[in-house]
Amino acid sequence: MSPDALVGRGTRQLPVIAWLVLIWVLLWGSFSWANVLSGLVAAVVVTVAFPLPGVTEHARFRPLAVLSFLGFFLRDLAVSSVQVAWAAARPGPPVRSAVIVVELRTDSDLLLTLIAETLSLVPGSMVLDIDRMHRTMLVHVLPVTDEADVERQRADVLVVEERVVRAFGSSREIAALDGPDGPPAEAAADDAGRNR
Amino acid sequence: MTVVWVVAYTLLSGGAALSMVRVWRGPSLLDRVVATETLLAIIAGGIAVYAGLARDPAVVPVLLVVALLGFLGAVSVARYVGGMLIKSGTDDGRAAGLPPAAEQTVEGR
Amino acid sequence: MVREILDVVAIGFLLLGSVMALAAGVGLVRFPDVISRLHAGTKPQVAGVLLIMVGGAIRLAGTPVVWMLLLGGLLQMLTVPVSAHMISRIAYRRRHVREDLLVVHEAGFAGLADLQDDPPGDQPADAPRDQGDSG
Repeated sequence: MSPDALVGRGTRQLPVIAWLVLIWVLLWGSFSWANVLSGLVAAVVVTVAFPLPGVTEHARFRPLAVLSFLGFFLRDLAVSSVQVAWAAARPGPPVRSAVIVVELRTDSDLLLTLIAETLSLVPGSMVLDIDRMHRTMLVHVLPVTDEADVERQRADVLVVEERVVRAFGSSREIAALDGPDGPPAEAAADDAGRNR
Repeated sequence: MTVVWVVAYTLLSGGAALSMVRVWRGPSLLDRVVATETLLAIIAGGIAVYAGLARDPAVVPVLLVVALLGFLGAVSVARYVGGMLIKSGTDDGRAAGLPPAAEQTVEGR
Repeated sequence: MVREILDVVAIGFLLLGSVMALAAGVGLVRFPDVISRLHAGTKPQVAGVLLIMVGGAIRLAGTPVVWMLLLGGLLQMLTVPVSAHMISRIAYRRRHVREDLLVVHEAGFAGLADLQDDPPGDQPADAPRDQGDSG
């Protein structure tokens, strides 16, 4: 590996190293230079021994949008927890759910991962399957009672996508939120492929 | 203060007992995995409640270990069942001798 | 004075978190299929653990373990969705879904078509049969 490539890989791994050092210091429970240095050694060893592919090329960190995402996330977590808790505790017949296909507008591994993680916690959804090629997700939603509920849940999933992308996405991904960015023929081909 | 202890631990042990009911009744392996993961998280919560109410910081590392164990266990079993699915050739594991889990007939193929 | 108020808030968090833990248990028992039970095992459970961690952190403010508690909450938020997704994906393929309780069912049990060819690397050398599984 040439020195340039080595340096490039090193800078790509910087966020990972910083994150690992942070966890290391938190696990020790106190901040001291000895902790930080030993954490740095451990983090470098981990990143060299188990290198991960770079996934951050479509990602940015937008502090304000991240804050608003976190705020909405905590609120939604509270709301959906209460909803699920009520669905569990209320008397009556078993709760009803739905399996829906949602087409996303994002085309980035990291963002899709974040969206899927978020969707498992809010808002009443659970990702069953992801079609990376066609950017679609198979989502299980609970609780639903009728078709209107289903449509509302589908809209909620897209809202979560929008918040994640606005917080962590590159400007191209954000632009993709605002309009359909593929020719209709492609969508038709997608449908044909899915119903095979 | 005693009231808080009693109420908190009544609620937590209620949740833990219900999770154990699900571990016991199953009926499938995945049910038991989900219930075990929840049970471990509730145990971690119980340790944290103790640490908070007694102001005892010594047990907190235990809590971290318990919380991570739940995750590792769930992922291991999920990979194990998933490996069987791939090995079976069909998507649902029936070729490997696994019965279809739902009571309903199969749709979509 | 501030200390008393903080104590009340912290105990509120702890009790609320315990209620959520109970709700997760109720959901586990009452929900009809694996994926619904996963909902109970993720949302109320993560919210409960988070509340308890925050409550504990307030009570233990000033000691180094506060950060460890918050790290525990953060790790729950990061790990639970991952394991939940792994389980839900397999549960769906294995038809652990009560179809009669679905309002809408937009895809077959094979999942999204392109994922039928699973990535390699998951194959165990010799997997014994899943005997506990009777549906």
